[in-house]
Amino acid sequence: MVQYTRTRFDASFAALSDATRRGVLEQLGRADASITDLADRFQMTLTGMKKHVGVLELAGLVTTEKVGRVRTCKLGPRRLEEEAAWIDRYRQLWDARFDELDKVVEELEQKEKVDGRKKRK
Amino acid sequence: MDARRESEPTPMKNRTTVERKTERELVTTRTFNGPARIVFEAWTKPELFKRWWVPKSMGMSLLSCEMDVRVGGKYRLVFAHEASESTFFGSYLEVTPHSRLVWTNEESDDGPVTTVTFEEKGGKTLLVMRELYPSKEALDAAGTGAADAMVETFAQLDELLVTLGASVGRS
Repeated sequence: MVQYTRTRFDASFAALSDATRRGVLEQLGRADASITDLADRFQMTLTGMKKHVGVLELAGLVTTEKVGRVRTCKLGPRRLEEEAAWIDRYRQLWDARFDELDKVVEELEQKEKVDGRKKRK
Repeated sequence: MDARRESEPTPMKNRTTVERKTERELVTTRTFNGPARIVFEAWTKPELFKRWWVPKSMGMSLLSCEMDVRVGGKYRLVFAHEASESTFFGSYLEVTPHSRLVWTNEESDDGPVTTVTFEEKGGKTLLVMRELYPSKEALDAAGTGAADAMVETFAQLDELLVTLGASVGRS
């Protein structure tokens, strides 16, 4: 896990080491936005915002799509990967819990059999 | 009839699945090789619950576990992890013996409402746990908390770089 984080750390370093770009990611975490929206929000020229978005895009943190004259930005595949990684960790936790629960269930069932109780339907 | 058949291979472990069904909902499923009333019992009796809720791999221990399993009843779990303690609490909204449990998670405003259903079929029980968060943001935060922590780390790194940059600039 440390290794995984470090690789990511290196790869995203340039992109995330800028306060505006972190702000853009936070913003896109709430909702997709056009470059114009982002430029307005961060009080920046369109060219300046395009540059920031370009850096985030290169790092895989943001994807953009141009529809008509508007370029919409959203969180990129790396964010999705993070979600998948989190869900997987969450699954592992529950899997470990349920393995223990299996033992409890098995034990209770054995006990019932020993007690000679009939199964209720 | 119930004689043990030692030569039979161990039955395959049942699979745990977790899926984000909607923006606000996380669904976990698992089948147990036992009737619903037994699985339900293991979720609702503290002395049984304590035995499986905190697997060793979590690196935590359960200091206390109080559960008043009835509609409106409260629960309170206290965990210890290294030197710190954390408490989880809420109340039961629905309790239908052997088939359904609903409770709140009130340790945070963004906590989900958890619904667990137990469905028995042929002596086995399919358990479905749904965690419904108040908003997409709440589930995102629960899920990508790690990613957010990383952004925070980067912010600290930023400060360090500014400091380093300043000292490089001076030399």
